[in-house]
Amino acid sequence: MMGWVTEPFAFGFMQRALVASIIVGVVCAVIGCYVVLRSMAFLGDALAHAILPGVAVAYLVGANLLAGALVAGVIVAVGISFVTKAGTIREDTAIGIFFAAALALGVVLISTTGGYTVDLTHVLFGNVLGVSGADLWISGGLALAVLAAIVLLYRRLLVVSFDPVFGRTLGLRIHALRTGLFLMLAATIVVSLRTVGVALVAAMLVTPPAAAYLLTRRLPAMMVVSALIGVVSAVAGLYLSYYLDIASGGAVVLVATAIFVLAFLFAPRKGVLWKVRRARRVRAS
Amino acid sequence: MNELLEVRDVSVVYGERTVLDSVSLVIPHGAQIAVVGPNGAGKSTLFKAMMGLVPLRHGEMLIHGRPASEYRDPVAYVPQREEVDWHFPVTVWDVVSMGRYGRGRWLRKRCASDLEIIRRSMDSLGISALAERPIGELSGGQQQRVFLARALAQEPHVLLLDEPFTGVDISTKEAVLEFLSSLRDRVVTVLVSTHDLELASARFDEIVLLNGRLISSGSPEQVFTEAHLQAAFGGQMVVVNGRVIAVDQCCGGGAHDAHGPTHNGTL
Ligand SMILES: Nc1ncnc2c1ncn2[C@@H]1O[C@H](COP(=O)(O)OP(=O)(O)OP(=O)(O)O)[C@@H](O)[C@H]1O
Ligand SMILES: [Mg+2]
Repeated sequence: MMGWVTEPFAFGFMQRALVASIIVGVVCAVIGCYVVLRSMAFLGDALAHAILPGVAVAYLVGANLLAGALVAGVIVAVGISFVTKAGTIREDTAIGIFFAAALALGVVLISTTGGYTVDLTHVLFGNVLGVSGADLWISGGLALAVLAAIVLLYRRLLVVSFDPVFGRTLGLRIHALRTGLFLMLAATIVVSLRTVGVALVAAMLVTPPAAAYLLTRRLPAMMVVSALIGVVSAVAGLYLSYYLDIASGGAVVLVATAIFVLAFLFAPRKGVLWKVRRARRVRAS
Repeated sequence: MNELLEVRDVSVVYGERTVLDSVSLVIPHGAQIAVVGPNGAGKSTLFKAMMGLVPLRHGEMLIHGRPASEYRDPVAYVPQREEVDWHFPVTVWDVVSMGRYGRGRWLRKRCASDLEIIRRSMDSLGISALAERPIGELSGGQQQRVFLARALAQEPHVLLLDEPFTGVDISTKEAVLEFLSSLRDRVVTVLVSTHDLELASARFDEIVLLNGRLISSGSPEQVFTEAHLQAAFGGQMVVVNGRVIAVDQCCGGGAHDAHGPTHNGTL
């Protein structure tokens, strides 16, 4: 009777896809809370595109694409952090410059390979069904490292995100923490490459946390709810992709978006309908 | 009372402008000091310099004779305007409990005494009933009490409050004053900047009168002389019966903060 639930996972590649999707759903949704709260959505998107040259180089020399992506992500994350340190160049300007330059370099490198090959298209839009065992190990390791860093740095990141001046009076190194957050973001994007691809990873970083923000009022709860939404989107998206034969990355993001819309409308206290109803009640009384 | 805090020949420069010029102060342990002066006098800058938030062009800050940056015990600071993210998902309790963070305590588990200190700090500022409320949903005066409670939870040896009496109602003002007198029992050294000269002379042990440089410091009688006030405030002052009344033009009575282009205090 419940055969449709288990049927897809008779295949090894589907099992790997499920594990990869859950990893991405959790790690994007958790670090995404900082992306949303610190207004770093543009940075997330830019970092995702900026790793293209790394992927292209790895492809040209026949190395692991994720390893190439990781190297490029680290270079760009540190670069943006360094250029904005002095405060003379605004962060969004620096991001724009790095983003465009890295994307251009990626396009140039890819053009030397004689067109967009299947592999590179998969980097752009994800191909969760093609996740190999090695990819899974790299992704799982990086995801664990990012989650561990978020737990260990929890209080520090909370203080510098909420009240940086207070953080400085406690002796926190604001700039080092910011660079650390950028690096964690770069690693998260690499983890997500196979599943949703660079074009859609920003959605996984922003949409589940934005929905969770509407449903909670404290950061730990926001992180947990966001992770749940991320996992539900990833798994539901995978089923939709299997049964409707649609692109998995897109399906995952659309499920997350649907959840956000529901939260936006119906969330207690912060939802649109709740506010309308409260306004009516105030008028009536 | 032995000396605790020493400001030695400190100068702060923003761009080309010298905002504090060779200020030297010696502050005794446990004293409550009012820092006064016109808008733009450099009161906030002095506090920021003490906290290491702005670079010193010259001079040094010493605590117990050693550089302030090496001092491990907490120095708490409540700025004139909080630059926090008001939409951040933190409750009043979360904010006050940040007072228990700090060097060596970022990973330590909260213990029973931490919880007790957090609870007492909220009690003494009268915000226990607000504990579960998001910080962004409070009034300005309530928000200020939250940050005072956080500073108290740090159990500081030195406390710097930048204009805690500005923009608050009588009951919050009284609460802050009560809070300050409760600190006397614990021998906390307190510096408070204010525009209320009357309050400064009535409630504080010593006055620091600033206007870009140190005009005078010492007991209210020593500091609030006609010559010193003339030097700090120009034509904005009257002195009656040896009692000081501020006629701070920009602030209509001297009780309000005017953060605007009023540079009447700049040298
Ligand atoms: N970040 C800054 N950059 C440049 N100039 C500054 C900066 N902050 C303050 N100043 C200048 O330094 C001077 C002293 O400012 P400060 O804020 O210390 O004065 P204040 O005594 O606290 O005044 P108020 O009573 O208005 O709070 C002012 O003339 C101000 O214009
Ligand atoms: Mg000030």
